[in-house]
Amino acid sequence: MVYLTRRAEFSASHYYHNPEFTAEENQRIFGKCNNPNGHGHNYTLEVTVKGEVDPRSGFVVDLKQLKEVLNREVLDAMDHRFLNKEVPEFSSRIPTTENLAIAIWQRLATKLTRAHLHRVRVYETPDLFVDFYGEA
Amino acid sequence: MKAYLTRRYLFSASHRLHSDAMSDAENASTYGKCNNPYGHGHNYGLEVTVSGPVNESTGMVCNLVDLDNFVRREILERFDHQNLNTLAEFAGTVPTTENLCMAVYDILQRGFRSAHLEKVRFEETMMNSFEYAGAQDRIW
Repeated sequence: MVYLTRRAEFSASHYYHNPEFTAEENQRIFGKCNNPNGHGHNYTLEVTVKGEVDPRSGFVVDLKQLKEVLNREVLDAMDHRFLNKEVPEFSSRIPTTENLAIAIWQRLATKLTRAHLHRVRVYETPDLFVDFYGEA
Repeated sequence: MKAYLTRRYLFSASHRLHSDAMSDAENASTYGKCNNPYGHGHNYGLEVTVSGPVNESTGMVCNLVDLDNFVRREILERFDHQNLNTLAEFAGTVPTTENLCMAVYDILQRGFRSAHLEKVRFEETMMNSFEYAGAQDRIW
């Protein structure tokens, strides 16, 4: 088994707010992230796929195809967007780094036909990242 | 759904690698420059990984403020700008980064309750890193 990781970057804004919480609860739990005007990050995404090396091509996955899927499913949808308002997953879920990693996994898992998705890692800042392995 | 959150911290500390169980010559040959009796220092990069189900109300594995407060109070305030050899954790062990990993893991394991501790990772320099995940033997 060989693991291959492709990195991509995108910039987006978001804020954290749960309409079921009171204004005080939202402020207490989410702090500065609760500002309704949003704030932004430069996200770094690492997508790791795994598989056996194809003896003819020497590839685990055709990187061109992986890049195309990544561009179409993630970057086109999220780069320079306000995640809460422009990405459908976050109309009902809070766009935390945890939920972002899950949403990206779900977008990729159905579209990657040859490669087997192993891990989605999303860096919100160089000091903070979330890994999702598709676990229930 | 289960996710893994990793937070990175920095602190600076000095240490000397020296074992009372070894002769001076053995210490010198085992630890080399790290056996200098005056000690030397590093900027340690610490990564703490916790896991758990993503809470549906908050979208979080755990509130980052809780993790930051715990690490600041129990680790950074005690370890930053200290000589590790003088700390209680290293009264009976050599403050190698292996032992530092295990000591910090133990502090988190005993006291941090907001999420499940998965792993502690230390970078002693850009060239060396160490990971400890307790009894788990997991490939990342």
